[in-house]
Amino acid sequence: MKVQVDQSKCQGHNRCYAIAPELFDVDDLGNAFAIGDGVVEPHLAEKARLAVANCPEYAISIVEE
Amino acid sequence: MTTLDEKSIYGPVTNWQSDFDHADPSYNENAHAIWSELRGTCPVAHTERYGGTWLPVTHDLVHEIAYDTEHFSSRGVVVATVKPSDLPDAIPAPIGGAPPITSDPPFHQDARRILLPAFSPKTIDLWEPEIRLLCRELIADMKAADVVDAATQFAQHIPVNVIARMLGFPPEDGEKFRGFVHDVLEAINLEPGKRAEAFMALDAYIAKQVQDHIDNPRDDLTNFLLNAKIYDQPLSLQHVGGSIILLLIAGIDTTWSAIGSSLWHLATNPVDRRRLVDNPALMPTAIEEFLRAYAPVTMARVVKDDYNFHGNEMKQNDWVLLPFPAANRDPKEFENADQVLIDREVNRHAAFGLGIHRCLGSNLARLELRVAVEEFLAAFPDFELAPDEVVKWSVGQIRGPRELPVRINARTL
Repeated sequence: MKVQVDQSKCQGHNRCYAIAPELFDVDDLGNAFAIGDGVVEPHLAEKARLAVANCPEYAISIVEE
Repeated sequence: MTTLDEKSIYGPVTNWQSDFDHADPSYNENAHAIWSELRGTCPVAHTERYGGTWLPVTHDLVHEIAYDTEHFSSRGVVVATVKPSDLPDAIPAPIGGAPPITSDPPFHQDARRILLPAFSPKTIDLWEPEIRLLCRELIADMKAADVVDAATQFAQHIPVNVIARMLGFPPEDGEKFRGFVHDVLEAINLEPGKRAEAFMALDAYIAKQVQDHIDNPRDDLTNFLLNAKIYDQPLSLQHVGGSIILLLIAGIDTTWSAIGSSLWHLATNPVDRRRLVDNPALMPTAIEEFLRAYAPVTMARVVKDDYNFHGNEMKQNDWVLLPFPAANRDPKEFENADQVLIDREVNRHAAFGLGIHRCLGSNLARLELRVAVEEFLAAFPDFELAPDEVVKWSVGQIRGPRELPVRINARTL
């Protein structure tokens, strides 16, 4: 399982970074990106789902592998 | 607060579908019921007031307009008796009078990028100790009174002080800022000439502060803007002044309202108040839920050209209100939309807007709101609305309590 942030949709609401700082970081402009290759360890799966479900711009997605 | 003769040019509202007025005092007081009724009957209300204004109240419609910069311009964001198209000296699209909030693509993104780093989460987090200290000072000033006004003695001072420090403006001018904010955001239904007077006073004040920063440069946002460049050129003084107006006006009433509404909720819902006192780990979801349920900010757009929007014949230069607070209460988008659930985990609210104009100061607003609620609860773990006193709500696009008398039943001071 991986998380992805669509940079063309992210507007910097900062919800994912607040919910799951283990999975997301923000750049100097405040826009979010997935840390590393976005791989979600099993114990962070619920946080990843919450980050997806709380993004006002529908910018985050989960890719099941 | 203001010297203007504040008389609306409009009468009371008799029909919320066809003659609504968001500056009618009964609108903000009854907003949730009004939106709920309109959602069921006509999701886009209309009024001839302000030269023609539309009010969509569902999440889908608000979302659609927020994303549609082709048909809707941001050059006017505060619905009032004066339209941008009425002002011969107004800065036209895509820049507008207060960039980037009044800007349209493609200029918008370039103007916004200048300010984003100053309001990014990591830059804003550094302000937390100072904001906490400020909250504690305000609480100490309330001393041992049994009844305090959580709006005028507490909430309103927080954003005023913080933005004055960020801009490097005299801290003693706080009362002046509140006057300007009132003139711009609440005194919207006056005879147009009176509104122009208020804007001239604001422009003159900003020009004086900017000149002082040119003469005596220091490390603050005003000098940051004076040194900033766009397209390899320094920002025009008009751009600098406009951005300062944005920062001054947009951050004060809004955050004050969010803090006030959250404290109003806790004053009227003792179960939630006790849960938060006993379990501070609920604070993150509680803050997002307060932002959803009591979102303070309705934005506005101007119709670029005649446009048929889902059967509504919008005319060029009509106003369109974007009530994000109504979108946040749409039961199609949120389960139990009218219930405030402080442990709501899935909460895709639009309190800070949607699309390219996401509130630039959202990280600061959220920080001020959280710290204010934490410190108020820490000092006053038990409070309620003061009996025999009246809560006074704002008028216009920013919704929140302007007077919030609460009785303190327990204090830790």
